[in-house]
Amino acid sequence: MLANAANNETCSTNIGNSSSRLCNQKMVKEEQELANRPDNTAFTQQRLPAWQPMLSAGIVIPGFVLIGLAFIGIGVALFVTSRSIQVLELDYTGLEQNSPCFKCTYPNVSNCVCDLDFSIDSLFKGTVFFYYGLSNYFQNFRKYGVSKDDVQLSGDLTNFKSPSDTCSPYVYDRNNQPIVPCGSIANSMFNDTFQLFQKINGTKTLVPFDGKGIAWWTDYNIKYRNPSVTPLKNAFNSTVKPIFWSKPAYELDTSDPANNGFINQNFLVWMRRAALPNFRKLYGRIDEGVYAQGLPAGSYSLAITYNYPVLSFGGRKKVVFSNVSWMGGKNEFLGIAYLVIGSLCVLMSIVMLIVYAKFKFPEED
Amino acid sequence: MLRRRLNRLLGGDERRVDSRTIYVGHRSSSTSEVFIPPKFCDNRIVSSKYTVWNFLPKNLFEQFRRIANFYFLIIFLVQVIVDTPTSPVTSGLPLFFVITVTAIKQGYEDWLRHKADNEVNKYLVTVLEQGRKIRKESEKIKVGDVVEVEEDETFPCDLILLQSSRDDDTCFVTTASLDGESNHKTHYTVPDMEKDLESLNATIECEQPQPDLYKFVGRMHIYKNEQETAVRSLGPENLLLKGATLKNTQKICGVAVYTGMETKMALNYQGKSQKRSAVEKSINAFLLVYLCILVSKALVCTTLKYVWQSKPGQDEPWYNEKTQKEKDTNLYLKMFTDFLSFMVLFNFIIPVSMYVTVEMQKFLGSFFITWDKDFFDPEIKEGALVNTSDLNEELGQVEYVFTDKTGTLTQNNMEFIECCIDGFQYKYRDANSELDGFCVTDGPVNKVQQKAGREREELFLRALCLCHTVQVKESTQQSQGDGLIDQVDGFGVDGEVPHPPQEQRGFIASSPDEVALVKGAMRYGFTFLGLESKTMKILTRNNDVEMYELLHVLNFDPVRRRMSVIVRSKSGDTLLFCKGADSSIFPRVRQEEVERIRMNVERNATEGYRTLCVAYKYLSAEEYAQADAGLREARLALQDREEKLITVYNQVETGMSLIGATAVEDRLQEEAAETMEALQGAGIKVWVLTGDKMETAKSTCYACRLFQRNTELLELTVRTLEDGGKKREKRLKDLLHEYHKKAVQDAPPVKAGVTRTWSSATQDYGFIIDGATLSMVLNSSSESNSSCNKNLFLEICQNCASVLCCRMAPLQKAQIVKMVKNSKGSPITLSIGDGANDVSMILEAHVGIGIKGKEGRQAVRNSDYAIPKLKHLKKLLLAHGHLYYVRIAHLVQYFFYKNLCFILPQFLYQFFCGYSQQPLYDAAYLTMYNICFTSMPILAYSLLEQHICMEVLLDNSTLYREIAKNAMLRWGPFLYWTLLGVFHGLLFFFGVRYLFSNPALQDNGQVFGNWSYGTIVFTVLVFTVTLKLALDTRHWTWINHFVIWGSLAFYMFFSFFWGGIIWPFLKQQRLYFVFANMLSSVSAWLVIILLILLSLLPEILLVVFRKPRGPHTRQKKPVQSSVGGNQSPRSSARPLLMRTFSDESNTVI
Repeated sequence: MLANAANNETCSTNIGNSSSRLCNQKMVKEEQELANRPDNTAFTQQRLPAWQPMLSAGIVIPGFVLIGLAFIGIGVALFVTSRSIQVLELDYTGLEQNSPCFKCTYPNVSNCVCDLDFSIDSLFKGTVFFYYGLSNYFQNFRKYGVSKDDVQLSGDLTNFKSPSDTCSPYVYDRNNQPIVPCGSIANSMFNDTFQLFQKINGTKTLVPFDGKGIAWWTDYNIKYRNPSVTPLKNAFNSTVKPIFWSKPAYELDTSDPANNGFINQNFLVWMRRAALPNFRKLYGRIDEGVYAQGLPAGSYSLAITYNYPVLSFGGRKKVVFSNVSWMGGKNEFLGIAYLVIGSLCVLMSIVMLIVYAKFKFPEED
Repeated sequence: MLRRRLNRLLGGDERRVDSRTIYVGHRSSSTSEVFIPPKFCDNRIVSSKYTVWNFLPKNLFEQFRRIANFYFLIIFLVQVIVDTPTSPVTSGLPLFFVITVTAIKQGYEDWLRHKADNEVNKYLVTVLEQGRKIRKESEKIKVGDVVEVEEDETFPCDLILLQSSRDDDTCFVTTASLDGESNHKTHYTVPDMEKDLESLNATIECEQPQPDLYKFVGRMHIYKNEQETAVRSLGPENLLLKGATLKNTQKICGVAVYTGMETKMALNYQGKSQKRSAVEKSINAFLLVYLCILVSKALVCTTLKYVWQSKPGQDEPWYNEKTQKEKDTNLYLKMFTDFLSFMVLFNFIIPVSMYVTVEMQKFLGSFFITWDKDFFDPEIKEGALVNTSDLNEELGQVEYVFTDKTGTLTQNNMEFIECCIDGFQYKYRDANSELDGFCVTDGPVNKVQQKAGREREELFLRALCLCHTVQVKESTQQSQGDGLIDQVDGFGVDGEVPHPPQEQRGFIASSPDEVALVKGAMRYGFTFLGLESKTMKILTRNNDVEMYELLHVLNFDPVRRRMSVIVRSKSGDTLLFCKGADSSIFPRVRQEEVERIRMNVERNATEGYRTLCVAYKYLSAEEYAQADAGLREARLALQDREEKLITVYNQVETGMSLIGATAVEDRLQEEAAETMEALQGAGIKVWVLTGDKMETAKSTCYACRLFQRNTELLELTVRTLEDGGKKREKRLKDLLHEYHKKAVQDAPPVKAGVTRTWSSATQDYGFIIDGATLSMVLNSSSESNSSCNKNLFLEICQNCASVLCCRMAPLQKAQIVKMVKNSKGSPITLSIGDGANDVSMILEAHVGIGIKGKEGRQAVRNSDYAIPKLKHLKKLLLAHGHLYYVRIAHLVQYFFYKNLCFILPQFLYQFFCGYSQQPLYDAAYLTMYNICFTSMPILAYSLLEQHICMEVLLDNSTLYREIAKNAMLRWGPFLYWTLLGVFHGLLFFFGVRYLFSNPALQDNGQVFGNWSYGTIVFTVLVFTVTLKLALDTRHWTWINHFVIWGSLAFYMFFSFFWGGIIWPFLKQQRLYFVFANMLSSVSAWLVIILLILLSLLPEILLVVFRKPRGPHTRQKKPVQSSVGGNQSPRSSARPLLMRTFSDESNTVI
């Protein structure tokens, strides 16, 4: 026993020396004698090998410089890219008297079409994306947001007959007929339509909008499905169209069955709720024919079928022409943020370097 | 108390209120009276909390009394009742899980308690009933039963001793498990007891149960026949206490007077109440803050919602028509449900998972204590034991350590170390002792090589053999006889005779020192053979048996501090041998002899040995006759017997000549002094609370270096109180004021954090108080006096380096602990002890540590942690405690932080969604955030982190001060973490908000919706929060790597998976491909990277800029450790002598 104690003593004092290994072997032997002894594993003894990082100035200063430079680089790229993106925004709410759409804001006006004339000074390069925008429009209301039936929209006919309760208050109409597509979101689908004309020497040439590929691929191909009934119209028997809609879902695009019903791309775009009350949604792309390279400079006229009421809740409507880059639409925030953070990093590293030089952080060695 | 009150209410007669009458053997006093057995409680001991029937309601009630559980219950109910943004399952399931697990754990613990109770209650005892011996379960003993107890059994209840198998109507007991005194105590039977218990007809009248172990007042009426009644008075010497053990007596019979929960032991035992750690209190405080944040968030949102809705058109735009039901509901009801909805939406800010994680951390973390092989003791083949895992972190916060002495600081194993005869030093030591070599070089005190005259030696040894009250235990006498032949010539040669251990049980004495001395003499060849009819026999070195007639024993008492015997040798010489403390011997011997021995005595005393001086004188016939007459007269005196005796003693014990001195060591526990030093270095104040005598305790304190050479002792004991000659109360007050002035007012103000080095120049004070004085301090006659005294006492104590409280009853120990615990600043207290007498203080202190010692298992069972040896306390506190505290503190702060920055964006989003309670994150993310994505890294951190590695923590006890006073969980750090959370939350939300000013983020011009928004914020959140933890991690084991990177990978994987499949059980496929689409956008990537980096930037800067302060501690370390390196070999050398002298040389230079 005494010898054991002596062993332990030398073990404890010699930790870190080469003799500790010897001690360990002795201790292993002891352990076999003592079944009750706790396991001598690195884990149980809290001696797991560990990496102990030290954020020393020697690492941080070069790190900051590197990060700062990288950020400045990215920032410059972002900034330049964002600057190169051309954007044209046109408000057509019609609130002002001189607005061409003012006439459509009268109550009881239906099928009102107003023409919005504008001109482009220089070529709108590349594919031009056409967005419509709404402001003060809360697509992110909680109750609004849950008011849809994803099962119905995936083409399940049982939910055509009895839509989910979540769709309230648009589940059944007054005659207790199921509403398809049910729910507030579908009901409030944006229904202004746009036609763009280029005015060349007084003649209007239609600039075609490409409505394909404006919705998420997965929404179009997987998440939303029409019922596999032909013709589509039959699936909607004994159902009614949403109260706000002027035509039923199966007539959203009669020209193209791949863009009709629940997989109408404008419908899909609308169904993806916007995050903020001021939002824009993609309406179409201008990428056909002569306009594939962009919108040439000149004067244009946008024929708007003004259906969607926004004045009751103080909202506004606009259209946006924009081309996009690798970073998406125009967004100066990102570039500026990168530039600021990058230069902050560099600045900090300089400050640290000065502090370091002055005080010579003593623990460095 | 309750019984009394009940009695009073029921109109019980006055006599029974103050005393109880017991019918011995349940025989009524007279046949004419109708015998109504009085009702007393049975002998059951109950320490369990629940029964099978009340477990569920009582446990549920207790669990929901916890503020957090109650809160979650409310949230759950709200979700069930009100239409809320999240489903009730999200909070109901975790709550159910937590409640069930806790209930199972507590049920299991209670089951263990039931088992332990049963062990005691079902123990079989012998009860004499109608002349027959009946074996009964202990719990069935009733008051009045005559119980028979055999040797080495413990008494099952408090008994009045009626009959003993010993001839002299005594029995020996040891009360080690009650008050820690392991010596044998003599108890007496009721005087003039009839031999035949069967025919005994008696009643006992005694006081109602009270906890004082040393007080008992009673009367016994013995009815011999119809007329004659004998009355005997009963005192504590007749009372055998439950828990004490019968020794050296074959069997006794006694009548039960107090049973079960009314025994003195049970009354000294306090109920085990749930201990809450200070961290938990901090958590609750933070919880309240967060609750306020939560409520105010909900209020703000509700208010703004109705303000906002009052604007025309906002309330119900055509596209978001209300249902009929909504339109019909009352406005105020709507407001209220809106408020509740917001509460539910933001309730994740106080997550159930934090409680689960904290519990898991504590539970799993406590395994590291049980696993630690440093706590394994090869002798008892056991390691540490954790009884409560709730207090792990409290180990890192201890400010006061209350330690028991016997069996905790010392091994309670007296050993004769050395003696000095005529100034020549004799040592008895193992040959391989490291001390021997050292002594040779050690200056003038060492005279080992020289010897005193043989005659003097033998005189000295005879004195040791004769001057005591030791009895030889009969049964082992034979083996002793065998043993001593071997060691006849042991004397004179420096200890080389190995001492056969089987003899150790041979002697019984009221004090272990006496045994040690007799044994010491035996080693040198003089053996005490025993006392037979006033004749003491000793066996000398020459194997002669010498006989001495024992004439008088002048008993030891603490005031005289010496004892003497007067013997007559064969040759007819009358001799007086006296031994006692130096201070009481030196004035009574010839002065020229003193100087030679004083040096030795003082040296021994500073080494922490218990020293006694031995003197003798020859008494001439006349002198003896005079003394004899005086003693006899005094013994027979009816009045002032004590004083008269002392006067005679003092007359006799004069003019002696000093022979030598002895040094006995109460062996300290291994590394006791080092441990105490480390604790003091860590800023912990150590108080010794012992039931033992002051002298003994004091020398132990010196040996443990709690008191040091330059420590000025402030003594407040019965002795000092009687010195002044004034009234005790007055004297007490004066002394208190004097000490207060010294220790508190004149002391230089101690700056917080300043290290008190052990060689510091400032005056250290040590305070000594004994039980009697303490009760005077605490229970002074007048109220104002009492509180004043108490405050003075506390202030003095708190300014002293260490405090020694001796002669403490178990409850007094608890009182002291309680007093300190409730003093200003409510410091964290820790009690450590090994015996049942320490149980009350173990239970009272914040942390109770039991030592798996020799004195039974009560302390271990009632402790929170049990360790095999005192030395393990150092690692338990300095390493484990420190780490646990840092871990849990970080865990708590981090949890609040990560939930604040989790919920803040959700709150901010309400401003952008018309206050409609729209969740920013998907439900899956809301529930998974705390359970899966961010819980594992912090759990791993809180189990594995070692911001400073264990060796460094052990070497530098001062590091312990850095976390003192709950340093990491005060409002400062909390504010920092909260602000950090707010900063991060704002950054996440508005960073993405500005990105979404143009939601066309993909290069194909498509736009992102609200779920993409939430997912981007959430991704940034998960990464930032995890990387923030990674930045804080100082100790990266593979587990940390695995868990941190694994969590992030799991998040990515989960998000893909969750968004990659149309889940049939979901009503809405909100997240379908949202995550994948997000990753296809360069802008989203860039904003995620930007926000993560921006959030962590201040952290990194802080870490770097803290550096100039960092090296301050870092730089200290090598210096300190080098100092420690110099010290540690010195302090680890076992004999304290070496240190003492090297210290001296230090001070000289």
